[in-house]
Amino acid sequence: MDNGALVRLIDLHKVYRTGEMEVPAVRGVSLEIKRGEFVALMGASGSGKSTLMNILGCLDRPTTGHYVLDGADVSGLDRDRLADIRNRKIGFVFQNFNLLPRTSARENVELPLVYSAQQLTNAELRERADRVLASVGLAGREDHHPSQLSGGQQQRVAIARALINEPEVLLADEPTGNLDSRTSVEIMAIFQQLNERGITVIMVTHEPDIAAYAKRNVMMRDGVILDDHVVSRRLDARAQLQNGGGRPSLPAVRGPGAPDGESRSNQTLT
Amino acid sequence: MRIGPTFNVALRALRRNKLRSVLTALGIIIGVGAVIAMVGIGNGAKAQVEAQIASLGQNVILIFSGSTTSSGIRTGWGGAGTLKIEDAEAIRREVPGVIGVSEEVVSTTQVAAGNQNWFTRIYGESADYFDIRQWPFADGAPFTSQDVRSANKVCVIGRTTATQIYGNENPIGQILRIKEVPFTITGVLMPKGLSTQGVDQDDIVIMPYTSAMKRVIGGTTLRNINVQIGDPQQLEAAQQQIISLLRQRHNIRPGRDDDFTVRNQQEIAQAATATSRVMTLLLGAIAGVSLVVGGIGIMNIMLVSVTERTREIGVRMAVGAHGSDILTQFLIEAVTLSSVGGLIGIVCGIGASKILSAYANWPTLISISSIAIAFLFSAAVGIFFGFYPARKAAALDPIEALRYE
Repeated sequence: MDNGALVRLIDLHKVYRTGEMEVPAVRGVSLEIKRGEFVALMGASGSGKSTLMNILGCLDRPTTGHYVLDGADVSGLDRDRLADIRNRKIGFVFQNFNLLPRTSARENVELPLVYSAQQLTNAELRERADRVLASVGLAGREDHHPSQLSGGQQQRVAIARALINEPEVLLADEPTGNLDSRTSVEIMAIFQQLNERGITVIMVTHEPDIAAYAKRNVMMRDGVILDDHVVSRRLDARAQLQNGGGRPSLPAVRGPGAPDGESRSNQTLT
Repeated sequence: MRIGPTFNVALRALRRNKLRSVLTALGIIIGVGAVIAMVGIGNGAKAQVEAQIASLGQNVILIFSGSTTSSGIRTGWGGAGTLKIEDAEAIRREVPGVIGVSEEVVSTTQVAAGNQNWFTRIYGESADYFDIRQWPFADGAPFTSQDVRSANKVCVIGRTTATQIYGNENPIGQILRIKEVPFTITGVLMPKGLSTQGVDQDDIVIMPYTSAMKRVIGGTTLRNINVQIGDPQQLEAAQQQIISLLRQRHNIRPGRDDDFTVRNQQEIAQAATATSRVMTLLLGAIAGVSLVVGGIGIMNIMLVSVTERTREIGVRMAVGAHGSDILTQFLIEAVTLSSVGGLIGIVCGIGASKILSAYANWPTLISISSIAIAFLFSAAVGIFFGFYPARKAAALDPIEALRYE
């Protein structure tokens, strides 16, 4: 479908109005991202990458231009339709994790299912949440509250939450911004493994060494794409972790990865 | 749409903030409790007044000497001494439908027996009085028409007087000295309790009005005449006939005011119940104010909660919550607070009125309708005061909400 492009941006503009002033944030971006890609969106603050990310995440609508996600133009949809798209097709990972406080990891992960069209029983919800939590290495922590988890563990809960509805694309906004370097590598290892299994990952970062874990880097400046290239010397997070220290490698992000995107849709994340 | 899961989400949010939820609900608990208790007190008072009015007798017309009209010198009811014994006899003779007439004179004096004495009210009445007021005897018998005609020295006494003077002794046949005149007690009345004015109706000595006028009180005029009509349909007509009869007998020219006042049972009952209805409304309204204050408390806390949970709302929207889901969630939280508070308030209100009944001796009457209204009103308070914060939450922009610090 649509020559394999999962995301297609066609001459996208976004202008913010503050009183009389019109501030252009994105000024004509065209971009195509295929299934199975791992894209790092880079740029300094004010480059328009966050605005672009919000539009990609269907949290915001472009002023002009088109955004085709999975073959459907979503640029003109209303709030509720966008919410449904976010629920079905997009998983979010945020810099500050954005977990619900005083709420167990399991309930945090269940959250998107609460708003999904499919009606699951409590037991099914729980079973699915526990399975996804186990897949990011958090088996046994299902009842922990965010305050009882480390930053890396919290981010893994957030990743599990993003994955529970089996989205088409995982959007990560500075996912390592609040983490130390080793934990950052651990999160990158999860992303790389998810990507190997066919999940499309789009990640905003301003750190070049984090962007080096992606397959493709898109550089923005002043609302336009400055540079778009395939990463030639890609870093392998898992290999780094195994060489780097005596610590055990990630326990659960293993299993038979499906290298192509086709078999992913009906495959569970175990 | 997704009410079930949203309901769970709302309840979980309330459980996460137990103390705050309880304190917020407390406003409604107190409000609903106050409404239930206050309306219970008001209704209880009303029921008591109605019972007392009924105890005055059925289809009774009261004629007082003196007038309450605004011209000339006003003497107050029973004050001017314009009613004569002959007036009562004329009513008995000429007004159709009359089944009982009692001439009434009233005084207060010291009564004594043996070494006991007691200050009490003396009522002079005809033998019809006990039928008119539907006042049965606990012991003994009423005085007779013959006693009235002969102005015999007999009397009946109320329960309070009996207890004060005779203690546990049987007063029947005993001699009671009233103004140094010895009266023989023929009967003791059943207790009637307090009147609407709070007077102990059982603190009384009742004797033939002839005896009272001749031997105790003196004077030749009556304070009032009690008339009982057999058929309630005839009450109005009888009242008109009494007025014209008395005007004629008193030689009052057309256009001049009556020198007497006629009231019937219904009018008195209406006035008394209107008073207690106003009291019920007033009490309910005051209690209702506290319910509204409780509602504002809910709104306040919900607004704080929406601000505090802006990020949570952002996350929920990011993972697919519609505005309506957020609206429903916060509305359910508010309505749960108010209706659970309402239920607890109903229990507290019933408890409070039971305690008031038991310890303060206030009659209370809890009606199903006041419970239902209080509960529905508390739920409505939740919807009304929860709607604005909920709508505010639902209208949040997910991007702004996610970025909120």
